[in-house]
Amino acid sequence: MSDIRVIPLGAGQDVGRSCILVTIGGKNVMLDCGMHMGYNDDRRFPDFTYITKSGKLTDHLDCVIISHFHLDHCGSLPYMSEMVGYDGPIYMTSPTKAICPILLEDYRKISVEKKGETNFFTSGMIKDCMKKVITVNLHQTIKVDDELEIKAYYAGHVLGAAMIQVKVGDNSFVYTGDYNMTPDRHLGAAWIDKCRPDLLITESTYATTIRDSKRCRERDFLKKVHDCIDKGGKVLIPVFALGRAQELCILIETFWERMNLKVPVYFSTGLTEKANHYYKLFITWTNQKIKKTFVQRNMFEFKHIKPFDRSYISNPGPMVVFATPGMLHSGLSLTIFKQWAPEEKNMVIMPGYCVAGTVGHKILNGQKKIELENRQILEVKLSVQYMSFSAHADAKGIMQLIQQCEPKHVLLVHGEAKKMQFLKQKIQQQFSIGCFMPANGETALIPTKCNIKADISLGLLKRSATVSGYQSQPLDSKKVKTMHGILMMQNDKLVLEDADVVMQQLGIEEHEIRFSSNITIPPMSMETLHKRIKRKFAGENVLLMADGSIMIGSVLIKSAGEPTDEGTDLLVSWSYEDEELGSALYTALEQGANTRPQSQPSTAS
Amino acid sequence: MAAHLKKRAYVEFSVSVIKEEVSKPKTLRLTVPVSSAPPLLDLNLASGPQEILTQLKTLTDSLPLSPQHVDSVIHTLIEHLRKEEIAYIKARIISILGILTRTPDCNKTLVIDELTQMLRRETSHKVCAELFGTIYNICRAIPNSIDLHQKLVVLAYKHLSNSDHSVRQHCLSIIGTLGSKETHVKINEKQESPLQVLTAYAKDQDPRVRSSAFEAMLSFHQKGQVLEQSIYKQVYTALHDDSESVRLAALRLMWVIGHVYPESLIPVVDSDEKLRLVDDAFAKICQLVNDSSVLVRTTAVGLLGSLHRVSPHFLEQTLDKKLMSGLRRKRTAHERQKEQFVSGEWSSGKKWGDDAPKEELDPEAVTLMDTGACGAFVHGLEDEFLEVRHAALDSLCELASQSPAFASLSLDYLVDMLNDEIESVRLNAVYSLHKISKDIVLREDQLETVLNGLEDSSSDIRQGLHQLLYTVSFATKMCLHLTLQFLLKNLNKYPQDRISIWKCSKALGENHSNLALTLVPELLGTHAYFAIPEPDMDDPGYICVMILIFNSAVTQPTMTTLLPEYTKRHYAYLRDSLPHLVPLVRHFQVVSSAQTHTLVRANCSPQEFLQQALEKLEQVGRLDMDSGIKLMETTIRDLRRVVKLEENLVASADFYSLYLQCQLLLTKAMKDKQWSVPAPLCPQHNLTISAITKKVIELSYQLEHLFVGCSAQDLASVYQLRLRAITLQLLVQLRGRSVSGLFSKSNINQQCENYLLKLSTLQRYFAANNLQPHSFTQALFSEMHKFEASKPGILAKFLQPLLFHHRVPCLILDNKVKQACAEIFEPVGGSDNPLRFTAGLALALNVDCILDNVEYVQSIQIQVKFPDTQTQLFTPRISDFRHLNALRHHLVTQVYLSHSLWSDPCQVEICIVLGYTMDGSKGPLAPQFGNSDKQCALQLCKPVKVYIMPRATKK
Repeated sequence: MSDIRVIPLGAGQDVGRSCILVTIGGKNVMLDCGMHMGYNDDRRFPDFTYITKSGKLTDHLDCVIISHFHLDHCGSLPYMSEMVGYDGPIYMTSPTKAICPILLEDYRKISVEKKGETNFFTSGMIKDCMKKVITVNLHQTIKVDDELEIKAYYAGHVLGAAMIQVKVGDNSFVYTGDYNMTPDRHLGAAWIDKCRPDLLITESTYATTIRDSKRCRERDFLKKVHDCIDKGGKVLIPVFALGRAQELCILIETFWERMNLKVPVYFSTGLTEKANHYYKLFITWTNQKIKKTFVQRNMFEFKHIKPFDRSYISNPGPMVVFATPGMLHSGLSLTIFKQWAPEEKNMVIMPGYCVAGTVGHKILNGQKKIELENRQILEVKLSVQYMSFSAHADAKGIMQLIQQCEPKHVLLVHGEAKKMQFLKQKIQQQFSIGCFMPANGETALIPTKCNIKADISLGLLKRSATVSGYQSQPLDSKKVKTMHGILMMQNDKLVLEDADVVMQQLGIEEHEIRFSSNITIPPMSMETLHKRIKRKFAGENVLLMADGSIMIGSVLIKSAGEPTDEGTDLLVSWSYEDEELGSALYTALEQGANTRPQSQPSTAS
Repeated sequence: MAAHLKKRAYVEFSVSVIKEEVSKPKTLRLTVPVSSAPPLLDLNLASGPQEILTQLKTLTDSLPLSPQHVDSVIHTLIEHLRKEEIAYIKARIISILGILTRTPDCNKTLVIDELTQMLRRETSHKVCAELFGTIYNICRAIPNSIDLHQKLVVLAYKHLSNSDHSVRQHCLSIIGTLGSKETHVKINEKQESPLQVLTAYAKDQDPRVRSSAFEAMLSFHQKGQVLEQSIYKQVYTALHDDSESVRLAALRLMWVIGHVYPESLIPVVDSDEKLRLVDDAFAKICQLVNDSSVLVRTTAVGLLGSLHRVSPHFLEQTLDKKLMSGLRRKRTAHERQKEQFVSGEWSSGKKWGDDAPKEELDPEAVTLMDTGACGAFVHGLEDEFLEVRHAALDSLCELASQSPAFASLSLDYLVDMLNDEIESVRLNAVYSLHKISKDIVLREDQLETVLNGLEDSSSDIRQGLHQLLYTVSFATKMCLHLTLQFLLKNLNKYPQDRISIWKCSKALGENHSNLALTLVPELLGTHAYFAIPEPDMDDPGYICVMILIFNSAVTQPTMTTLLPEYTKRHYAYLRDSLPHLVPLVRHFQVVSSAQTHTLVRANCSPQEFLQQALEKLEQVGRLDMDSGIKLMETTIRDLRRVVKLEENLVASADFYSLYLQCQLLLTKAMKDKQWSVPAPLCPQHNLTISAITKKVIELSYQLEHLFVGCSAQDLASVYQLRLRAITLQLLVQLRGRSVSGLFSKSNINQQCENYLLKLSTLQRYFAANNLQPHSFTQALFSEMHKFEASKPGILAKFLQPLLFHHRVPCLILDNKVKQACAEIFEPVGGSDNPLRFTAGLALALNVDCILDNVEYVQSIQIQVKFPDTQTQLFTPRISDFRHLNALRHHLVTQVYLSHSLWSDPCQVEICIVLGYTMDGSKGPLAPQFGNSDKQCALQLCKPVKVYIMPRATKK
């Protein structure tokens, strides 16, 4: 019951189609609802029949949380909510809510209008789905119901990306989504406080990579662009509309500003303009520099970057163009590429990964001649550059996050199995905590500790605090303390109360229980004994009474009969409240009795 | 709409100009603040706690009270405090008492006694905390009462076990700041040292108390009491505390211990090895560079820089970051570049996969967690927040300047920072590089990154880089060539950098003469067979190249043979026009204009010449007036000559000649025969002498304000000169009064009183500064009591003989003085193209100048003189001044000109002036007429003429 159960429907030892089901404290939470880029059949969406074979998901899920707007994290959301059926709350941050429908609509258009798919979700469905969305602000705690609450942390990666902490009672887990521990030109680094969750579900895309500093990458990129335009060449940068594109734009924009360059920079219109609009609005989600300077000038209101027109392609002179899509497989970027490829001065910079089969992939592999659809051969003379601008945390970053939030267990998703294995081993070694990496459909059970809460009366608390030496020493937060009291069940609540009070309430008389025992120790006077005990129990108040007996709290040590040569007979007696101290003392005395052979010579001499 | 806006702008601007014209003298009324009535405080009459609080609130609002009421208010408050039951009112009263005791001369001990009394019986935690806080603050205000402090410390120890965190916090800070480490305290029959107590409280359950305990240890250290090494372990654990403030305090403490016990050995966990403490502390601080709090990160990375005794091994680790990709080792961009340039291979067209990972890594061997100091600076320099990056840069630079080996290691990173997104960080990187430039040699790729910064749009960064290039050493001759190319590019893009670039090229030539020698043909573009056209002598780029060549030619005699014929002519020209940039090249002495210089040198040095001229002057006192005047005239001429010869002496010579001029004028004024005739002066004479005195007064202000480095005695001489002029002026008025009839009787009396007032001020000034007055002044002072009646007749009778009897003494300067001056780089005058702007709107004119020997930049103004002789003064913002060194400032600002329509373009004169007011904040002699607040201005340079043309508004 108290365990956390995690079942990845997607992204388990895999990249893409993120969808993870978590059961915590009897609540079912779905984290992300993405699609898979690699498939065009049913496999592109998570298998929701796992949750229920028929009927709506509403009964089986308490809430759905979307970490950011990338399609592999939110792509199947309308499908799930409208076609499978889910009416419960969907949580995401406001930038995600703003940009997500744009991307979904684009995805729908390509699937339905370009590829002619049927049985796909419609625009109306996207709208209906977005109506169910509740926005979350950073660090705002939202109560989904009486027990379930969620809280968002900044994750970097893309605008509006969030890490989510989910809490039910004492148990909690953090889902990171995709995150980035190093800041870039437009976003800050992910940050989380020391929330010590029971489980951290983290992405592990770069589980086996440690990256170089971003400054080197940026410098390389800018230098390449600068050198090319200096020689009068044209630079083509194929990008996807959202995310990295904005970072590169900011990079180019600030460089142009800094170097006072006049060469025109263009951005292909369409999707981007809408997205840029949202980027301008959500300044609070960006990094320090943009946040600080937006009063003078919003960095996303580009001064040097202008919208592109197809007629500019054959303009003379140097220019820089950002064009979609990013893999040069179709659209404007391919058109421009065809025009510019035969010129040696020109350059194309591929800022991301290219799928096999695309023109981008071919030129990256050094192909000099490319066959186009109409059997034409295109000679590629322009220089081809590759730059990796990826915004996932690398292995060090992942470890850093774990160090920051100190979870009790870690669960890896969104990565390749082999790489995860390495990271898992490392996490276990470094932090000595449990690490899981379930495959899709596999269940991981994370044991949690269940605390039972009890109220304590103020009087008892204060008294026990004073008794435990509050006056002399500061209270050590880490030290375990014992206190005596009576645990009562009152109206479904546990209450810890002072024994006297309870007895008074119930009208019961107190009986004292004392443990008494005789023990023989090597012969010594009570004074010596007193000194020894005092040395041994330095923290306690050891008193030598007038009649020769020794008192430590309620523990009494008295000599029973005259000391003989064989040893002193002692009566040790303590009340049950001081059981701990009493038995400790008794054991100590007993040990003293057994070590007689050693101690005897010393006393004899 | 636009028209409307324009109109509005027009109206606004014309208004501002008019204001400038009609500057009415402002009337100031001095009022003694009416001593406020003692605040009403009837706490006894208040009906309830709410009302008391309101009364207290009004009391706090009326703070500060006038000193005479403070004691009574304190009294009332204390009275009430004794009776008061409610805790929050008590706390409030106590805090007000704390504020009241800040008034000087109030009875602090009384308040403290009362409050300490109260402390003994107080039960409320809130009040206790407030009491401790207030007493602590009062005690800090009276640092000398040791007894009181001791008493308070004892009290603090007693209350340490209070269950309220704020009481404990206050107690700890009292122990920290006021207590001493030696006095042992008795707690629970056990003697404990204060440090033990603090250590115990550093484990407190409340983070605020924990941090206070660490802070208290820190203040022990600051008081010079040595901390024991035993706390090291605890401090180390506190570095991972949950609370930010604890981590911060522990961090600083860690640094302190690192400094106190650098060499003691610390056992390493899980092994038998031992580490030096400073290394261990360094590594531990490094780990906090990845902390989640910005403040902690900033502090941590900032502290790293000052741990100088860290072993090199640990230092090197801070820059270490092993890369990998898919479990295979990958080289960093830095390593790749280094390899390329070290092996001599020129950058090939990089292909995709150039950075492809190479060897496989053993999964066991990879460490993902940063242990020790690993990569601390790499992380710090990449941080999201510029505060952290700044601190990291500073620390890195500091450590690098300590160790040349580390400097060359850190070079890659420093150079990388030149590409930071924030300008101030880039600037910091430039300066950091500059600081370590003596230890480093830039590789070509690094140099290129540095040079790319020359295209930066910020002039600060460009100039910083120019200065960096002065001292940097290059690896190859390609580097020098590259640098020159970039400098020329820079010159092309930002012509305003001309001066700075030339200086840079001078330094490059001096420092890299051997590299330059091999580059000459390339630099000049000469060819073995073909003659090339002679370059334009005024082309700034060509001048830049030539400066470099000439400066390296000084040490490279063979270079002259490589140079084409025309360069010799160019040398002569440049040597004449830019003597500070083009040095004397011995092998070039064909048509040098420096001959005259050598001639003079043959005779005697200008220094001696000056000395001789001045020595002659001493005779002036003995000579009769006419020959004295003659001598002075020749001396002034000689001094002017000195100015031309030796730059070093210009200011002193100028000072002497100005002084002499005054002396001359005064002597001339008194030479007149008319003085001896007792009859009233004729008006004609009156006027000339008035003009002379005015001139002398003006010159005396120049002497006072334009020169830096005058001793008090020198200044006093100037004042006495002015006093003479004033006396003369008065005398003229007194003697001329019956004729002119201009001055009424009362007016004259007024003048005399003014004069006497001034005299007494001057006397006080002399007395206060312990200065020796001249004989004339001395005589005036001694006779002053006789003037008290201030009868104009008597005054005139006394003053004339005094004035005539005591001649103006000669001046011998104690120090070498410096003269304030300015050099305007922008606007460059003499353009034939007028700057056009719409009449009534504003024209922004960039002004760029260097100010030398100006002590107070606040007094610098820009004077614009319009053709209609109307002048306008602009005061630049303080932020527009860049501080170059103590007496050198760079001013880059804009002046907004506006004017109504002109028919023809005309020239306005722009000049940098030093504003001063006649009442002279420096000197004691205020001017006579009531124009003391009149702004006067001294020109610091020759005015630059700017051609402007306000055009008609386009409809």
